[in-house]
Amino acid sequence: MVSPPQETPQRRREGARDTAGLGVARAIGFVTPAMLLIGIFLVFPALWTIYIGLTDYELTGAKSISPRFVGLANFLEALDDDLFTNALWLTVVFVLGSAVIGQNLLGFTLAWLLRSARPLVRRLVEALVLLSWILPSVVVAYLWIALLDRDGGTLGALLGSPGTAWLVEYPMLSLIVFNTWRGTAFSMMLYSSALAAVPPSQLETARSVGASGWQTVRDVVFPHIRGHVLTNTLLISLWTANDFTPFLLTAGGPNHQSETLPIFIYQQAIAGGRLGYAAAISFLLLLVNLVVALLYLGLLRRRS
Amino acid sequence: MAGIELTGLSTVYPNGVRAVDDLDVTIADGEFFALLGPSGCGKTTLLRTIAGLEQASSGTVAIGERDVTAVSAGQRQVAMVFQDYALFPHMTVAQNIAYPLRVRRASKQDQRAAAVEASSDLGLADYLERRPAQLSGGQQQRVALARAITMRADVLLLDEPLSNLDARLRLDARTFLKRLQRELGLTTVFVTHDQAEALALADRIAVMSDGRIRQLGSPKEVFQRPGDTFVANFIGSTPMNLLDGTIADGLVEVAGARLPVPAGVTVADGTPVVAGIRPEYLLLAEPGDAAGITGTVSIVENLGVTSLVTIECGDGTLVGLTVPEQHEPPVGAPITAAPAPTRLLLYNAETRTLL
Amino acid sequence: MTPGAVLRRTGYVAFMAAVLAFFAVPMLWLASAPFDSNPGLGLRWPDWTLDNIGKTFAHPYALGSLLNSLVLCVVATAATTAFATLAAYALSRVRIPGRDALLYVLLLLSSVVTGTAAMVPIFVLMFQLGLINSQYATGLVIAGGLLPAAIFILKDFVDSVPRSYEESARVFGASPTQVLTHVVLPVARPGIATILVWAFVQAWGNFLLPFLLLRDVEAQPAAVLLRTLKDEGGSANLTVIPVFSLLYAIPVVALYLFVSKRYGFRFHGGIKA
Repeated sequence: MVSPPQETPQRRREGARDTAGLGVARAIGFVTPAMLLIGIFLVFPALWTIYIGLTDYELTGAKSISPRFVGLANFLEALDDDLFTNALWLTVVFVLGSAVIGQNLLGFTLAWLLRSARPLVRRLVEALVLLSWILPSVVVAYLWIALLDRDGGTLGALLGSPGTAWLVEYPMLSLIVFNTWRGTAFSMMLYSSALAAVPPSQLETARSVGASGWQTVRDVVFPHIRGHVLTNTLLISLWTANDFTPFLLTAGGPNHQSETLPIFIYQQAIAGGRLGYAAAISFLLLLVNLVVALLYLGLLRRRS
Repeated sequence: MAGIELTGLSTVYPNGVRAVDDLDVTIADGEFFALLGPSGCGKTTLLRTIAGLEQASSGTVAIGERDVTAVSAGQRQVAMVFQDYALFPHMTVAQNIAYPLRVRRASKQDQRAAAVEASSDLGLADYLERRPAQLSGGQQQRVALARAITMRADVLLLDEPLSNLDARLRLDARTFLKRLQRELGLTTVFVTHDQAEALALADRIAVMSDGRIRQLGSPKEVFQRPGDTFVANFIGSTPMNLLDGTIADGLVEVAGARLPVPAGVTVADGTPVVAGIRPEYLLLAEPGDAAGITGTVSIVENLGVTSLVTIECGDGTLVGLTVPEQHEPPVGAPITAAPAPTRLLLYNAETRTLL
Repeated sequence: MTPGAVLRRTGYVAFMAAVLAFFAVPMLWLASAPFDSNPGLGLRWPDWTLDNIGKTFAHPYALGSLLNSLVLCVVATAATTAFATLAAYALSRVRIPGRDALLYVLLLLSSVVTGTAAMVPIFVLMFQLGLINSQYATGLVIAGGLLPAAIFILKDFVDSVPRSYEESARVFGASPTQVLTHVVLPVARPGIATILVWAFVQAWGNFLLPFLLLRDVEAQPAAVLLRTLKDEGGSANLTVIPVFSLLYAIPVVALYLFVSKRYGFRFHGGIKA
C-alpha cells in the first residue's frame, strides 16, 4: 500500500511564516516598544558605562560638573586598589562556596534523595525549599539577621552558644550558608528534571548488579547530567557573582570583610560618589558576565 | 460558485527550489478536484497559493473570472479546512462555526442562526456548546466543514482532509465528503498523498511531482492510462508491473515473452521500451499461450478475496498478477499469464512517457 | 534489616530532618514574631496578639510603601507584558531581517546586564534626566530589565501555537488585528498570565533599583522601606518589621500558589535551563 510520509512542513514554512498577514512593517512596529525600553535601559547603560569608566566623573564636587577624560586611569587604579582585589577575592569565595559547592551539592542531593521519598515528605521539602526561593530578598535577609543575631538569634540558642555575632565574626561563612539556603531551589528543580530524564532501565541495571548509591551516581547518572551540571554551575555562578543581597545582611562589613563586588561598586559609586571609578569596575563585571554567558549559551546550543 | 483558473503559476523559494513550476490548470465550477502526489511535490503549496496564504512568484490565479492574484487571503471568497482542522480551542462549536460571520460583524442572532443551521445539516446539533477538545476526530472534521460552509464561499479548499482520521473512520468520512460536495455543488480542491482517496473522491485528478503536473485526468484515465511511469507507479494499491524490454519483429520482447504491441502504437524495432501492465490486468493463460509470460510461482500473498502472485520468469524478472482466491497456484508451480486486451501500456524507456 | 541498611535508613532520616529544619527554622520567625506582643529576634512561642498589626498600619510610611510597591509593579508588569507579547508575536510569526541575531542578543542581554552591573550608568542616566524619585520611570527601568527574558519565554510559547489557527482565521476574512484578538491572545493566555505573574513578582521583590532611584522615603516601595525600618535608630522596630515583612511577602506567595494551581506551572524565577 503506497503511502508516502507527510509533506514536511519545513520547506513550506520558509515562504509562509507570516501567518496572520502582519507584514514586515507592522511587525517592526510591534517590536519597537520593547526594543525601545531595552535599548534605553539595558543596551545604552551597558555601552555608556564604558565611557563613564574612562572619565573621572563624580557625584558631587568639581568633577561632577566637568569630568575629564582620563583614559585607562580608573582601570589601572583598580589593579592597585586593595579594596578592589579584596572585593574580587571575596566574590570568588562567595561564588565557589555558595553556588558551585553549596547550591549545586545540596540541590543535587535533594533531587536525588527526593526521587524515592514518600510523597508527603517530598512535597513538604519541595514546598519549603521553594518558599525560600520565592520570598523577597529583603524579607529573607531579615529572617537571617534575626536568626544570626548575637543576643536573641535562634542559631545561637540552638547551638547553645549565645553571644556569637555571626554576621560580625564570620561574615563570609554566614553569607555562604545564607546564599546556599536561598538559592538551592533552582538547582534542585533543575537536577530533578535532569534526573527524571535518566533512563530508568539503566538505573535498575545498576541496582541489580549491586551498585551502591554513590557508584550509581558516579557511573550511571553523572554521564547523563554532565552537561546540566556545567550549565547549571555557570548560570548560578553568574547570578551569585552579581547578587546584591549580601548588602542587606552585612552591608559589606565589618570593615570590608564581606564586601563582595556588587557591594563594592555600590559603595564606590553612591556612598563614595566616585562614579567614574565604579563604572570602570562595573564594566569589568560586564565583561566577566559576557564571557560566562557566552560559554553558557554555547554549551546549551551544543547540547540541543 | 466559481471555477478556478491558474495560468503560468510558479512559486520559487529564496533557496531556488521551484515548489510550483509553471502550471496551467482550469478547474470547472462545481468540480471535485484532487491534487495528488508524494510529499514535497508542491501540492500543498499550490493549494495555499489558491487560498492566498502564499504568494506566487509569477503567473495568475483567477477565481470565477476574477483575477485574485493580488488579492489578500481574506478577500478571495475561499473557505479552507486545514489538516488539523484549526478549530479554535477557546470557542465553542457554535462560535467556531459562526466565526466567518463574526469576522463580517454579523449580529449575534445571525451568527447563532447560521451555527444552528449548519450544525443540524451535519449532525452536530447536540454539540453546539461543547469545546473542540471534547469532540472526536470525525466530529471535529465536520465542525471544520460546517465552518467552511457557513462562509458561503465560492470555493472550498481541503488540505489532507482525511489523514487525521483512523483508517475505519476514513472510509466513512470519504463517503460523507463525496455526498456533501455533491449536495453543495461547491467547487472543491483537495490535497492528498493517498491515491486511493483521490481515485474515490475526485472528478479529476492532477498528479504532481516536483512542482509539475505529470498528468491531469479523470480517475479512470489516470488509473487505466497513466501518462508516464511515475504516475503508473504512484497510482494503484498494488504497484504496476514496469518491465524493461525492446521491440523485436514488431512484438514487445519482455520478461522472456513476446507480447503484441498495443493497438494504435507505432514503434520501430530495436527501441528500448518499458512495458506496463497492472497485476489486476494480467490474467491466467494456458501454458502454451504465445502471447503470455511464463515462469514459476515464487511468492503468493493473500489479499483477502484475491491473491497477489509473483512469477519468476526465465530471465529472472519478477512479475506480479492478482488471481481470484479459487485459482491460487501453489508455490513453485509453472504458470503463464497474459495481459488483458487493451491493458498493456508501452512507455518510452528514455522519456518514460506513454507511447 | 541488615545493620548497614539500618544505618543508611537512620542517616537518611537524620539528613531529611536536618534539611527540613534548615529550611524551616529561619522562616518560622515570620510566623511567630508578627503576632508576639513582645517580639524578639529569636524564635519563641509567641504571646499571641494582633496589636502589632494595628501599630504597623499606624506607621506613617508602611501602608504607603505597599501602595508604592503596587504602583511600581503595575507599571513594570503592564509594560513588560504588553510589550513582550507584541514583540514575541511579531518575532515568532514574521521574518524580520536580523531576527535570529536579535534573539541571541536578547538572550545575552538578559543574563549579562544585571542590576549590579548596570547600577552606575542607570543611576547616572536617571540622575541626569532628573528622574530620580519617579515611580513611573523606575517601573520602566525594571520593565526594561525584564523584557528580554519575557520576550524569550513568550516567543517560545507563541511558537507552539499552531499556525493553522491564524491562517484559518485569515482565510475566513479576519484582519491582522482580528486574528490577534480573536485567536492568538486567547490561545496564548496561559503564557501571558505566566509572564504577568512572573514580572509582578520580580518587580515586587526588586530591591536594588528602587533603592538607587527612589530616595524620597514617601516614594519608596515596601522593599526599600523594610530596610529603612531596620536602619532607623539603633534597635530595629520589632513591632512593625515582622508584620510588615509578612504583609510584604504574602502577595508573592499567594501569586505563586495561584499560578501553580491554575496553570500547573512552576516558573523558577529565572531563565529556563
